[in-house]
Amino acid sequence: MSQKERIAGGVANYIDERTGAAKWLNKNLKKVFPDHWSFMLGEVALYSFIILLLSGTFLTFWFDPSQRDVIYNGSYMPLQHVQMSAAYASTLHISFDVRGGLLMRQIHHWAALLFMAAIIAHLLRVFFTGAFRKPREANWLIGVGLVTLGIVEGFLGYSLPDDLLSGTGIRIAEAILQAIPVVGSYIAFFAFGGAFPGHVFIPRIYTVHVLLLPGAFLALITIHLMLVWYQKHTQYPGPGRTEKNVVGYPLMPVYMAKAGGFFGIVFGVTAFLGAVASINPIWLYGPYTPGQISAGSQPDFYMGWLDGLVRMSPPIETHAFGHTISWNILIPGLIVPGILFTGMALYPFIESYISGDKREHHLLDRPRNVPNRTALGAMSLTFMMVSLINGGNDLIATHFHLSINQIMWMSRIGIFVLPPLAFVITKRICLSLQRADRDLVLHGRETGRLVMLPHGEFVEVHEPISAEKAWTLTSHEQPRAIPNVSEDVNGVAKPKAVRNKLRSRMSVANAEQAPAATATEAKELEGGHH
Amino acid sequence: MTSFARVSKYRRHKFAGPVLVVAALLTIGSAFSIASALPSATKMTAGATSTQIAEGKKIFAAGCSSCHGLNAEGSSIAPALIGVGGASVDFQVGTGRMPMADMSQQAQRKPPKYNAEETAALAAYVASLAPGPSAVDGANLNYERDGNTAQGGELFRTNCAMCHNFAAQGGALSQGKYAPTLMGVEPKYMYEAMITGPQSMPKFSDKTITPAEKLSIIKWIKAAQNEPALGGATTGRVGPVTEGLLAWLLGLGSLIGVAVWLAAKAR
Repeated sequence: MSQKERIAGGVANYIDERTGAAKWLNKNLKKVFPDHWSFMLGEVALYSFIILLLSGTFLTFWFDPSQRDVIYNGSYMPLQHVQMSAAYASTLHISFDVRGGLLMRQIHHWAALLFMAAIIAHLLRVFFTGAFRKPREANWLIGVGLVTLGIVEGFLGYSLPDDLLSGTGIRIAEAILQAIPVVGSYIAFFAFGGAFPGHVFIPRIYTVHVLLLPGAFLALITIHLMLVWYQKHTQYPGPGRTEKNVVGYPLMPVYMAKAGGFFGIVFGVTAFLGAVASINPIWLYGPYTPGQISAGSQPDFYMGWLDGLVRMSPPIETHAFGHTISWNILIPGLIVPGILFTGMALYPFIESYISGDKREHHLLDRPRNVPNRTALGAMSLTFMMVSLINGGNDLIATHFHLSINQIMWMSRIGIFVLPPLAFVITKRICLSLQRADRDLVLHGRETGRLVMLPHGEFVEVHEPISAEKAWTLTSHEQPRAIPNVSEDVNGVAKPKAVRNKLRSRMSVANAEQAPAATATEAKELEGGHH
Repeated sequence: MTSFARVSKYRRHKFAGPVLVVAALLTIGSAFSIASALPSATKMTAGATSTQIAEGKKIFAAGCSSCHGLNAEGSSIAPALIGVGGASVDFQVGTGRMPMADMSQQAQRKPPKYNAEETAALAAYVASLAPGPSAVDGANLNYERDGNTAQGGELFRTNCAMCHNFAAQGGALSQGKYAPTLMGVEPKYMYEAMITGPQSMPKFSDKTITPAEKLSIIKWIKAAQNEPALGGATTGRVGPVTEGLLAWLLGLGSLIGVAVWLAAKAR
């Protein structure tokens, strides 16, 4: 034993005798994780969060979250001697007078966009592969919480500099608060400590942005990862992969190396963007004054769909009992997002109710094999995309020489017409893909080789696919319809007849599919013709 | 005291009178030229000659009257031009907006159809119909000297940004109309636009925004235009939409590429 080994062994032994870590580490460092690129989307979100924590801490060293008036006297000449809030002045200071300040600001903002983009991509992966099914419903709920908090955190973050654009965003947030029936104006008064803009809002959201929400994120992310650890990661179907095992590589050394490297790459991409691409040039926006506004004021993309919904809503208001209800803000700003996020949170429970499937699942679905869920996902995405596009309607109008009114009307119609259309089309595509899978299993791969038979007939040679591939294509379970039994064996009508009938109807729609190829069918084809 | 005495010694000199007259003339003259630099922008550029007006009338009859009427009285498709002044003509014709290429929502900037001389003749003719703001001589707009960037920025954000965007990149108006980008627009046309209010733009009289303030606005726009890309390549200075697009396509796109590569290597 060399000197080094002796010392290392001694240290390890010292720690182990006091913590008993060796046994725990031995077990957990060998933990196996399956490998797929789509499992790394959540990692991108996690690494972006770490970058956000680090770059954000740097920014707090100089940021002054105060709405007190100051006269700017820094090195950005076009704003010399302009009256502004200390928050805005300190953001200018970070951008132009702190070494590396602008780079850090830009890295922080790019990382925030990447964080949200990665969360959304991760959420879509989890949804379309059915990774939210039992036992992972709790983790789905935590994920829904994280994406919601992410939207709020991002909004608060770009509201802090108190530039013209962020002030406009805060003004809209105030309008949404005020749109809450009856108590709205009081809530807005409490939040702003009086009339808009007041002097307390930025100090308050600063505390929420740098303390409360990051704390909530840390807690939720920790639980999210602990649950992944405890419940083990899901895997795509394939030979040797079952509901009872995990096929993959051990954490140490494979994923330690991979994750470490990937973190470096995420940091690299973010730093690259921060170094070469300008983001939120607050010095051009100028300080916020309620009397000013810029054309094309947009939120960041994760709020863009909300802005698009508000932009397309017709001006409807009602006055009743001395209260004004602004439906034009209330519906797109609170009711629709409320329905969407509640629906998203409840989806695992709704699906399990309709399919009657209460078993544990560790194998992921291929989206085509669950046409109804995939179609629902496509429908929601279409809804979001129509809203998002309308959120940028002014830029689309100027850059593509269109009329903003026409875009708005197309969105108003499209928001109702396109999502159902997307549902139907996606479901049909899924069923076609199922049939294609069935053909592939039963008839093999088309080789593109044409052969002339002795009697003159031309046939294309099909090659049988590998056993592994055939297994992957056929091993999945197909959803079954729940029959509607209105009477029990004794002919007595069952209670909750309407509910049962509805559930049965939905489960029939849910179970619509192309029949999967069975072994018997394959045998018949092999034994018989061609 | 001694210097006074020395000056007073010369006051009865035979050249004292002429020297004083010359000095007074120089002082008044240069003071006048400085003082007139700003207001002169809105004054007549040069005395329009009757031949110029006749020439303009001819061009007008050939190129403009089919819409604006033979005597510039207007029609159902085009406004009357009596009283719009030379500034309006100089702006609309000089930037190629008039004559319009088609009856679209709004006249677009394009290469001008008439040269400077013809444009001046047209302006002289329209100005001769009724008084109005005169064409601006770009050489008199010394915005670099007389403007104040920070003040111009404040005025721009208050009066212009709501349509032209925070960085003067332009923006959408209703029904396909738009506020054009101000990048690369000649100061004289910006000034003329402010005093004449072309198309959807409001008119900013010298009482609302003084000539000096107009020069400040122009100075700020030019400063924004010439500002080096401080934070790296801009994404068009149109706000978060293009930033979000870049975050998804370049940011997440490249990371998904790396993820596919990392997962593929494992096999």
